Amino acid sequence: MTGYPTTWRRPPQMVTDRGWRIALYLGVMVYLLIGLGSVEVNWTRIAEGGERGLRFISGFLQPDFSSRWKDISNGLIESLTITLTSTVVGIAISIPIGIGAARNIAPAWVYYICRGIIAVSRALQEVIIAIFLVAMFGFGPFAGFLTLSFATIGFISKLLAEDIEDIDEAQAEAVRATGAGWWQLVNYAIQPQVTPRLIGLSLYRLDINFRESAVIGIVGAGGIGSTLNTAIDRYEYDSAGAILLIIIAIVMVAEYSSSYLRKFLQ
Amino acid sequence: MLTISDLTKIYRTGDKALSNVSLTFPKGQVVGLIGPSGAGKSTLIRCINRLVEPTSGSISLSGTELSTLGKRALRRERRRIGMIFQEYALVERLTVMENVLSGRLGYVSFWQSFSRRFPGSDIQRAYRLLDRVGLIDHANKRADALSGGQRQRVGIARALSQEPELLLVDEPTASLDPKTSRQIMRLLTEVCSERDLPAIVNIHDVPLAQQFMQRIIGLRSGRVVFDGTPDQLTEEALTAIYGAEDWTAMRKDTEADRAAEAESFSRLAAITA
Repeated sequence: MTGYPTTWRRPPQMVTDRGWRIALYLGVMVYLLIGLGSVEVNWTRIAEGGERGLRFISGFLQPDFSSRWKDISNGLIESLTITLTSTVVGIAISIPIGIGAARNIAPAWVYYICRGIIAVSRALQEVIIAIFLVAMFGFGPFAGFLTLSFATIGFISKLLAEDIEDIDEAQAEAVRATGAGWWQLVNYAIQPQVTPRLIGLSLYRLDINFRESAVIGIVGAGGIGSTLNTAIDRYEYDSAGAILLIIIAIVMVAEYSSSYLRKFLQ
Repeated sequence: MLTISDLTKIYRTGDKALSNVSLTFPKGQVVGLIGPSGAGKSTLIRCINRLVEPTSGSISLSGTELSTLGKRALRRERRRIGMIFQEYALVERLTVMENVLSGRLGYVSFWQSFSRRFPGSDIQRAYRLLDRVGLIDHANKRADALSGGQRQRVGIARALSQEPELLLVDEPTASLDPKTSRQIMRLLTEVCSERDLPAIVNIHDVPLAQQFMQRIIGLRSGRVVFDGTPDQLTEEALTAIYGAEDWTAMRKDTEADRAAEAESFSRLAAITA
């Protein structure tokens, strides 16, 4: 057993040359120092802001659910409606697009069209679409519904298409060998393989859509976000705190119930 | 009867998987296709139902030329050719019954298959076949709840539910233990002789092929190098198929397997005695 070394160190995997490695570390350090030096900090503004922040935090500590409860509950109902309708409509549109965007089952021209739709939907962030749609359709939940439906299409279609591309080809080959047509192939070989994941993704998207509905409300697309925005504008931090706590509670409920459901589905 | 003449397949990568293969398969004959991996066994049977498109040559099943069919006609002809796969290739999340009924997909409309309302005769046939392969009590189980041997039985029932005129079988026992392998091979040869059904069986296990096949074809790098009865499959023939070194190594493996199996049997006998 003698002669063999008793220590071992993992060799560097990315930058193998020692000189280059040291140069890289030095470069990062220098960049960091220059970067820190160039930051302009307005300390008096921070002091003022700190005071405002403290008021915000004290509002959180004494959340006021009651004085604006009517606005809050209206906003909540509106948000939940936007969430559910946009998720359902978005998924209904996503399924055909997702199937069309799967390279292994769709003809090339369909594939490129569907990938194009997905790319457009994913390129634009929700808030930007919301600003655009609010300008088009006016303030209110309808713009929010359209925004989230559009965003859902990009999300679900892309992940569904990737899931279809990852299926076990042997099962599809076996169904094709029986003389099945294209629709039958999708129904018998593809659908059983991707359904559990599609349901999981849909639940996940439902909870993303709820959170997003709060964000896009701030730019005028209705829902609890609008209520929150109004509360902050009026310096009613206690009501704002209440709204944020409700949002957190709903997201947590959605999180736990969807993970429970997904476990149940497998 | 299936006639293959001058079949050649060159993959897009330039690999010549089959070169000028000509073979005839009469009715009722169970044929084993042996050869080292990469010899083109799998390509050959997939060219017949055109899961792989042949480059040139002709394939004719009782008078119908398969190699030039259009999409729709191809689907109609695929109904006459049942296929059994290496890793069973059942749709795991569907029930056993749905898997067997999927053999009828080429015969029913999309809506019938989508709503799972198959004609009564199809359902009856499915039950009869499940009974034949000994799985009638498992009809409503999901396919992934079955063991390997049971899954391959479902695979056989699915292929037979097409009422095929030809069976293509791709390494039916590759993922099964020796005992289950023999049971599956026995079942396969029985159902073929009951129906006078010809079958082409890709098989890498030479002793198993010799035991169950009526005729054996040896492929080596895309060419037929042996075609005869199991008795004619001599050492020289096997050397021609597998090459000298590989064959000797394979034979040693088989002998070792046999010895191990015999030993475990005698040990088991000693325990139970």
